[in-house]
Amino acid sequence: MNKPAMPNSFRTGPDEQGMFGIFGGRFVAETLMPLILDLEEQWNHAKNDPEFKAELQNLSTHYAGRPSKLYFAEGLTKHLGGAKVYFKREDLNHTGSHKINNCLGQILLAKRMGKKRIIAETGAGQHGVASATVAARFGYPCVVYMGATDVARQSPNVFRMKLLGAEVRPVTAGHGTLKDAMNEALRDWVTNVEDTYYLIGTAAGPHPYPEMVRDFQSVIGSEARAQMLEQEGRLPDVIIAAVGGGSNAIGLFHPFLDDKEVRIIGIEAGGRGLDGVEHCASMNAGRPGVLHGNRTYLLQNADGQILDGHSISAGLDYPGVGPEHSWLRDSGRVRYEPILDDEALEAFQLTTRVEGIIPALESAHAIAHAMKIVPKMDKDQLVIVNLSGRGDKDVHTVAKMLGMEI
Amino acid sequence: MTTRIDRRMAKLKAEGRPALVTYIMGGDPDYETSLSIMKALPVSGSDVIELGMPFSDPMADGPAIQAAGLRALKGGQTLARTLKMASEFRAGDDETPIVLMGYYNPIYIYGVDRFLADAKASGIDGLIVVDLPPEMDEELCIPALKAGVNFIRLATPTTDDKRLPKVLENTSGFVYYVSMTGITGSALADTAKVSAAVTRIKGHTALPVCVGFGVKTAEQARVIGASADGVVVGTAIVNAVANVLGPKGEKTADPAEAVATLVSGLAQGVRSARLAAAE
Repeated sequence: MNKPAMPNSFRTGPDEQGMFGIFGGRFVAETLMPLILDLEEQWNHAKNDPEFKAELQNLSTHYAGRPSKLYFAEGLTKHLGGAKVYFKREDLNHTGSHKINNCLGQILLAKRMGKKRIIAETGAGQHGVASATVAARFGYPCVVYMGATDVARQSPNVFRMKLLGAEVRPVTAGHGTLKDAMNEALRDWVTNVEDTYYLIGTAAGPHPYPEMVRDFQSVIGSEARAQMLEQEGRLPDVIIAAVGGGSNAIGLFHPFLDDKEVRIIGIEAGGRGLDGVEHCASMNAGRPGVLHGNRTYLLQNADGQILDGHSISAGLDYPGVGPEHSWLRDSGRVRYEPILDDEALEAFQLTTRVEGIIPALESAHAIAHAMKIVPKMDKDQLVIVNLSGRGDKDVHTVAKMLGMEI
Repeated sequence: MTTRIDRRMAKLKAEGRPALVTYIMGGDPDYETSLSIMKALPVSGSDVIELGMPFSDPMADGPAIQAAGLRALKGGQTLARTLKMASEFRAGDDETPIVLMGYYNPIYIYGVDRFLADAKASGIDGLIVVDLPPEMDEELCIPALKAGVNFIRLATPTTDDKRLPKVLENTSGFVYYVSMTGITGSALADTAKVSAAVTRIKGHTALPVCVGFGVKTAEQARVIGASADGVVVGTAIVNAVANVLGPKGEKTADPAEAVATLVSGLAQGVRSARLAAAE
């Protein structure tokens, strides 16, 4: 072992058991265990295979439209009167969010593994749309599980999925949100183990999903880092992203984790406030537990029953978080802050007016935090906000919140 | 050290018949009713009791057991109350083995050491924790074995010969063969395939092999019991409870009686299993 130990690196996880410290792991039923081990093996081959990488690169460029721009948000910067704000424009990707990065990677893996059918869970519908898109592109039947509440509040995305040929199965259990959709997708997978590929949309679930999804999403941070160096000649002072399951956030954060001078902030859905149960701030108000194949921070009661939570944003409406975020929280490398529904709504409107960009409600949470800290920063400081998706899907929700009919 | 499970399985082997393993959801629809159902099980011919620990997100369960868990939670059931139920049962029956079945998070939150101590004190003999595969043995399986509590592992159709030794390594009490890939309460798989699987597993272990998932009737129990050392029935029993509950959860008949009727029939099924097989 000549390899030097790197005690100061935050980028070496997970270990061979899929653990990030005490977080992560493989907490799944035996029926799924052989599949997960097979997936891990196939993924380990694929990620080092030049052919796989070249195909993904080609699709990312010509199908998804990468690299996404790092855009100087001049209007917002002027309005806030502090540090320079940049948006990483994942909203400009094909399908309108960062979700396509992961879906392209995983569909190529599914093809490599000879799977015949794709299933996915979705909250806001962004991952469902991206899954339905790649399934259409590669000719797979696709079933998307979506909470019944989310089906109602994200109807444009439901229609898009149907147009793309996917079957959307509403899930009525619990509050009918992302957690319930994930339970149902896992039940489908455990039933159809022979031919089905489960395309998980976030950096959570049993190992190797958290690592694999992070690696597919890390293109966000790698690009942003290089773009900032090119445009400003130095690294940013602060980077911010919203965290539901946490895939856009880990994608932005991971390439910056060992840049000690970069402050990294993840934003949780504070909903209607952290005092009650109407929020999804698992890392601020939850405790470690085991759900959906991994150990991570969870909203739960004293008996270990999982709570439903609440967020205005369907994509953040999840009582858990990816395990690497839990580890980054405990290690102190990343700070996680809550943003309330109202604050996100205000950021949504402001960004629309001063930038001419309608951000997804998820991304609006990250912008809302920038609105808090940027005015207190120096004008020569640099902030990157991950604009993880566009907000067209949210106009119905926002109209309702503002008391308007459309 | 032998447990109540070992003793019961050995006794049934000597009698030349398979065990009837019955699952109920602890606290469904409420604590008192659930305890009365539990007490009715051995009287009706159940040999081993699986006591479900309700969980908000039962990922391996079908609609019937999901609903039962929600009824129990709504009725105020907690892991502490499930343990209390076991110890109240134990006060009147020191022989029927009790296996707790459920998911890991409530145990993790209760605290593994405290849980094992309290489970042992409540007369629990074994654990089936669906989301703890052998890869996570350090979490609960190893501590349970040290505490003298059986850790019963699920083997499934996806557990091939290469993987079986890993699954069996720290398993004790019995092996629970899941007859199909799927969730609880689905249709029973091809019984010939199930028999072949039981034979395959028996080639790897001296432990009794019990078969579950999909067994609903006395006839199915009889057929499965011809080759298996035990037959597990869960969803059908949970449904027997649900069937005597009205739209608002009010009892339209005695759930314990409904369960007793079903279990008596199943018990006749397993008792005729080897006779039929010998013919």
